[in-house]
Amino acid sequence: MIPKIDKDIESVVIRFAGDSGDGMQLTGTQFTNATALHGNDLATFPDFPAEIRAPLGTLAGVSGFQIHFGSTQINTPGDQSDVLVAMNVAAFKVNIKNLKKGGVIILNSDGFDVKNLRLANVPEAQNPINDGSLSDYDVKIVDVTKITRAALAESGMTTKEIDRCKNMFVLGLVYWMYHRPIENTLEFLRTKFKKNEAVMNANIKVLNAGWNYGETTEMFANRYTIAPAKMESGVYRGIMGNQAAALGLIAASVKSGLPLFYGTYPITPASDILHDLSKYKNFDIKTYQAEDEIAGICASIGAAFGGHLAVTGSSGPGIALKGEAIGLATMLELPLVIINIQRAGPSTGMPTKTEQADLNQAMFGRNGECPVVVIAAQSPSDCFTLAYEACKIALQHMIPVFFLSDGYIANGAEPWRFPNSADLEPIEVSFAKERAATDDKFMPYFRDEKLSRPWAIPGTKGLEHRIGGIEKQNVTGNISYDAANHELMTHLRQEKVDKVADFIPLQTIDSGEESGDLLLLGWGGTYGALRTATAQLIAEGYKVSHTQVRYINPFPKNLGELMSKFKTVVVPELNNGQLVKIIRDKYFVDAIPYNKIQGLPFMSHEVIAKIKQILD
Amino acid sequence: MTEVAEKLTSKDFSSDQEVRWCPGCGDYSILKQVQTILPDLGRPKEEFVFISGIGCSSRFPYYMDTYGMHSIHGRASAIATGLKATRPELSVWVVSGDGDSMSIGGNHFIHLLRRNPDINLLLFNNQIYGLTKGQYSPTSEQGKVTKSTPLGSIDYPFNPIALSLGADGTFVARTMDRDPKHQQAMIRRAYDHQGTSLVEIYQNCNVFNDGAFEIYTEKSSKKEQTLMMEHGKPLVFGENSDKGIKLDGFKPIIVDLNDSSVNDLWIHDEEDLVKATILSRFYDDPSKGDHFPRPFGVFYVNNHKDTFDKLFNDQIAYAKEKMGKGDLDKLIAGKETWVVN
Repeated sequence: MIPKIDKDIESVVIRFAGDSGDGMQLTGTQFTNATALHGNDLATFPDFPAEIRAPLGTLAGVSGFQIHFGSTQINTPGDQSDVLVAMNVAAFKVNIKNLKKGGVIILNSDGFDVKNLRLANVPEAQNPINDGSLSDYDVKIVDVTKITRAALAESGMTTKEIDRCKNMFVLGLVYWMYHRPIENTLEFLRTKFKKNEAVMNANIKVLNAGWNYGETTEMFANRYTIAPAKMESGVYRGIMGNQAAALGLIAASVKSGLPLFYGTYPITPASDILHDLSKYKNFDIKTYQAEDEIAGICASIGAAFGGHLAVTGSSGPGIALKGEAIGLATMLELPLVIINIQRAGPSTGMPTKTEQADLNQAMFGRNGECPVVVIAAQSPSDCFTLAYEACKIALQHMIPVFFLSDGYIANGAEPWRFPNSADLEPIEVSFAKERAATDDKFMPYFRDEKLSRPWAIPGTKGLEHRIGGIEKQNVTGNISYDAANHELMTHLRQEKVDKVADFIPLQTIDSGEESGDLLLLGWGGTYGALRTATAQLIAEGYKVSHTQVRYINPFPKNLGELMSKFKTVVVPELNNGQLVKIIRDKYFVDAIPYNKIQGLPFMSHEVIAKIKQILD
Repeated sequence: MTEVAEKLTSKDFSSDQEVRWCPGCGDYSILKQVQTILPDLGRPKEEFVFISGIGCSSRFPYYMDTYGMHSIHGRASAIATGLKATRPELSVWVVSGDGDSMSIGGNHFIHLLRRNPDINLLLFNNQIYGLTKGQYSPTSEQGKVTKSTPLGSIDYPFNPIALSLGADGTFVARTMDRDPKHQQAMIRRAYDHQGTSLVEIYQNCNVFNDGAFEIYTEKSSKKEQTLMMEHGKPLVFGENSDKGIKLDGFKPIIVDLNDSSVNDLWIHDEEDLVKATILSRFYDDPSKGDHFPRPFGVFYVNNHKDTFDKLFNDQIAYAKEKMGKGDLDKLIAGKETWVVN
């Protein structure tokens, strides 16, 4: 056996790709956890088809999971991969264009047989394994299927069952290559298959077989060491966006002292919030899977009326159905958080692909003048902060708040230096107090300095009152068709949103100087790509800065001033130009739109190229 | 439920808002009966919540001096479910019409009955769209000539009672605006029932569909055309109580009591779903010969099904008992953490 050479590297991008039944998401998630525990900074990008089991071996059925990790700061899952693990021809074909020249390809040779070649539409008599087309890459051909079957020959399992363990072989091999700790996956397998010892043992055996394969075969001469990243000191965990959103809601519930009610209807990519929340009933978290999207939000409105912290969640198509009820909540002036995990639209669009094209819907997607607060998370862990913030604003201003996330950060993962609950900003809530018959009549639309009305919950003596979707007289809340009153109420509802600006943080420059030639002004999940691009541009001597807007309606009070220090403002968005129109309208800034509408996140090299094109 | 110190009156339940239904509308009677019943329930008024959708009937909450919400079209049941789930101690009522509940809110209607929260749903059925000025509704009879159907409606109507039984409703009853006593009895029983109570109320729209239920409500025809069901009593009807319903297997037959003994008649059993289902199908066009009389009263009660609000909150209590009160910091930290120095 030749000695293995250990190389120190700063960062690496690995893409696991296979058939949607090959367990690539699980492989990626396990690798992510092990890497997080190892102390690397990381970012991930799961990329999978909407079909649960697309036809086997086809291009449509390819499921990928990309992870970028390193000893330096990692902002994105990486533009191109250094290593491609391809379980079959289709996975190879779909992903090879994103592999760096000279990169490593680990191929499962059994996935390159005649049948797989045909399913992936490879012309006859061609096979990338032996036709010389891969001479630019470092190709490792491994008989994953064969070795897995051999390892489990004595297991008594069927071939079909055995083949399901293939992903563990690959995981074991890649663990070996990158010195990842294997223990957390062993623990995972022990828990997951605790009721089926045969399957548990089989998976553990194959995982170890993968590790040993790296150790013993001459094909793998190199191993790589990636030192833990120099991150801010503290205690970390790995977190995905939807997980973080669920935790943020629970934290807001605990800190406000109000039980949480989550009324929703399953939809990709928002359902995981429901799944997560439903596990924590012991926190007084009440989840309600309604008969449809409309019932989901309406039940939440009922819960808000009753004094709960009420939240509804969906994705674009569901939000479209909720539109009328959001208008109702605006008229009722009750606290309500509306979560939209955006996906590519319109209509059904591309459910598993990311996009930022529902900003207009959040801002304007209702009948009448119907302003609501809109905030958007910029990274997986930021979903915690902003879900918490959405609840806080809703409760303290008696107003509906849109919390926008997207499929990319919802399913993406990163290390998170999580907060102590004691350090979270308090959320003070008070209900209107009961009244005696001798007291003045209760006025349900009497406003405080924030212009919000009292929260008078049923069951409180002396506060009996009626609210509804019909225009009402200010202060009394009685039905009113009075012309001047309608205009007054319209202005009040707008001012109420505007006043939120007094309670949110000022906009800051994320990287770069306070002034310069160009400001990249992004929002939402594009944060990592824009940050990486800005760092690169600055390193090359460009006077470029980056700011990411998280509070969109209202904007932070200093946003206009912040933009005014730059000669050019560019607004990159994964849509056809939505924030840019609001910015141009509100600040008369000649902001330049930069749009990508492919269901995919920005690559930082694309952003760099675009900015150079503008500046050079 | 809190005990009330002093007895409330129906006036205590009237809000200061002027009632704006058309003069002669059947809704007035329903409002009056509800305001008459509520003081008898011995419950403080702050515990009552009336939630409505859109339509003439849905103005109802504005006239009640209780908590109320006039919401959006068809969605009152969904809103009420959310409120009742989170505040089970409240007495939650839904006021809705045939357009609101049978058409735009049909989905929420069936799911309300399926889930069975302890909510009372008063379905004002006038077989017409009143607020939008006279289009046919999903309970209008086929052939109905209205503004939107000048050649007559081609739609077959819904049978709300059969629909409710089909959706596994646990309390299904029918009454009429012109019979205050019967109406009060039905509303009271709806309140007493633990679970979703559906009371279909035949309500006259004297502007757009006047006389739709005249045959059941007018003295001259009421006895002949209606079947007033009472639990444990034989199904008797007719001008001189001279007719009855008998079951031949599963087939109901009208018999003349001059030829047949009352002892052979079908004894109404509210807890018998199969028989309730047969009765729900007494839905013939009364202008046709050999039709069955239209039943009023309680078709069906199921007292053995837990309510949604109970199950919903029991599960929360169970989780707290089993897992203990949640520790937020532990939850945020998750299972695996690492320290960076």
